[in-house]
Amino acid sequence: MDHASSALITSPSRPSGKRVQLMATCLCDAFYDDVAKATVEVLEHLGCTVEFPEGQTCCGQPAFNGGDWASSRRVVRHTVKVFSGDLPVIVPSGSCAAMIFHGAPLEFEKEPDAAEVTALGNRTWELADFIVNGLGVKQWPGRYAAKIAFHRSCHSRGTCSGPASLNLLSSIAGLEVVPFGEGEQCCGFGGTFSVSFPNVSAGMGNLKLDHIRAVQPDVLVSGDMSCMMHLGGLAEKEGKPIKTQHVAQILRDALKNA
Amino acid sequence: MALQQIDQFSAKLRPETRASVYDGSKKGHEKRTSVLFDHYPDPDHLRRLAGNIKQHVVENLDTLLPAAAAALERNGVKVHWASTAEEANAAVLAIMRARNATKMVKAKTMVSEETHLADYLGKNGVECVETDLGEFIIQIDGDHPSHIVKPIIHKNRRDIATSFEKNGLGAYNDDPQTITRRARAHLRKKYLEADVGLTGANFVTTDTGRLVLVTNEGNSRFCLAATPCHIAMVGIEKLLPRETDLGLYLNLLARSGTGQQLTVYTEFISGPRSATQPDGPEEMHVIFVDNGRTDALASDCREILRCIRCGACLNVCPVYRQASGHAYRSVYPGPVGAVLSPLLAGERFPELADLPKASSLCGACHEVCPVNIPIPDLLLRLRNRGKQEGSKAAAAGTPPMGAWSLLASQPFVWKTSLLAGNSLNYIPKSLIPVPPMQTWLRDRTLPAWRGGAFRQWLANRPTPPAAK
Repeated sequence: MDHASSALITSPSRPSGKRVQLMATCLCDAFYDDVAKATVEVLEHLGCTVEFPEGQTCCGQPAFNGGDWASSRRVVRHTVKVFSGDLPVIVPSGSCAAMIFHGAPLEFEKEPDAAEVTALGNRTWELADFIVNGLGVKQWPGRYAAKIAFHRSCHSRGTCSGPASLNLLSSIAGLEVVPFGEGEQCCGFGGTFSVSFPNVSAGMGNLKLDHIRAVQPDVLVSGDMSCMMHLGGLAEKEGKPIKTQHVAQILRDALKNA
Repeated sequence: MALQQIDQFSAKLRPETRASVYDGSKKGHEKRTSVLFDHYPDPDHLRRLAGNIKQHVVENLDTLLPAAAAALERNGVKVHWASTAEEANAAVLAIMRARNATKMVKAKTMVSEETHLADYLGKNGVECVETDLGEFIIQIDGDHPSHIVKPIIHKNRRDIATSFEKNGLGAYNDDPQTITRRARAHLRKKYLEADVGLTGANFVTTDTGRLVLVTNEGNSRFCLAATPCHIAMVGIEKLLPRETDLGLYLNLLARSGTGQQLTVYTEFISGPRSATQPDGPEEMHVIFVDNGRTDALASDCREILRCIRCGACLNVCPVYRQASGHAYRSVYPGPVGAVLSPLLAGERFPELADLPKASSLCGACHEVCPVNIPIPDLLLRLRNRGKQEGSKAAAAGTPPMGAWSLLASQPFVWKTSLLAGNSLNYIPKSLIPVPPMQTWLRDRTLPAWRGGAFRQWLANRPTPPAAK
């Protein structure tokens, strides 16, 4: 293990190209089909051919974070099998991407098939990171007239995903990104943490919502629907709903005004 | 499904305490960030360098410790070794008994918190007075520190004024300057009466055998100036290879811990007073303490031994800010404590195996750590260990994952479940008997289930345009 590693490091030699595999994530499979659709549409707008391996389920993160590595490894092994080949794997989630390139190799350190797991990690990209750093697209066409607050999810900490998302969003005509207080702080979701520490989790989320509401954005945007599910759910339960969108949805909707 | 203990503690926390902890840690983090980035173009480079050097120390303790001990002895220091907290405390008492000493003034040292030295000495007829202002307030209150650097971060000045009044240190007055002057007057007498001064060490240089102490109150200096015998209790991981490494670590420690360029007092101690020096202790002892550190060294989390106790990870941690340090039921709170405390607990590991669960794994602790400890990775390893050792404390509130993993490794079952889940939209969510879901729904709504909708869209849409 590299003792000097910074928080989350993506492989410097990830493959790029216009044939890609989509890892839609379990949250999009179950709740946020429009985010997965937007991801496909955005990638196809960029000229990509998107393959969707039918057998995909989940990245394995819930059990990994919950401490049940044996269960998590079972799911990761399945995911490695489903995403065979050497195409770039694109994930519309910083968190699931980080599970594949960082979490899974950690729980496979002493396993015989560690190399295959690491190999999948080495071709996995978070969506915005792929668009900006894989395909070299830094300007986004179209128009999206709104003031948005961008929540940089924690699993993009230290990776190129946060800057890439901000780069794309800021380049859209009519769109203003408004900064808010304590942006480096977590929203409090944390996977199983959200139900095993519900009080702390809600406390963290409400602090985040206070900061976001203070700058009165039209839309709250993130590269991770898990954060949005938590923050949006807290706000709605409180009777003060906020509009939440994934970066892919903003990019797709901007194209409609191109 | 009982909730996690730290979460329950947080739910019952006094709002004033939560506010004190939040404000204190937020300010600490902001000061740290502005000072570090103002002064260095690439602080991450320094963090990585400092991490590598400390990792070298951790990996080479077997040769560095004897070398450091030899250097200390060359400087006239008596070196002692303690495997356990009991041995460390007994060594202190033995030194005091040999001198017929009954009064100790003590500077802030985390390792003495580990060994509960003050209580032990009290039971053995030795008066042990804390001289760090925060620790002094903790002592008169019968309280426990809740932060590594700011032990009373959980108190506000009204709390402190009340405890001063209760302990005969003047009528209620919550003016910080008055509080400090009263403590100063009280402690001044204690220094002059004391027989022994006890400190920790922030660093011990292996090549020169020098003890380095950083403080902001000058109290450790007073402990040494006023007493004829200096005892230092030092964790075995406190070594630096060379004196020239101090530049890096002193700069990082002060900036990370308190947002200062340098602490107000930085003491370099190379032995008892020499024949030509008019003041200072005539006798100096260093007690190297293991107390579970070699267990940590043997584990897959040995990186935690790099820690230089700056408290930056506590300040930035959103869970620490919500729950406070006392929630962690151990000497070391916050992210570093969530790793270190269960490791130092030895056979009691399962009792504290819930601590590594107290994190959303947001990674902020790793990002600020001056020695670049990958704390989230270590928390995850300990979660896995907690599960393997069947810790009940760790399991509380955690949804079981075995059935889920079977579901998520069989595509047919997965897809069927996605579709079946759509029936959830037709019954009130409050009636669905899944405990984690009910916990979720207490404070949040859940979006409508749209299982399989994306797959249907993908299958039914016209053939997409070919790649350009």
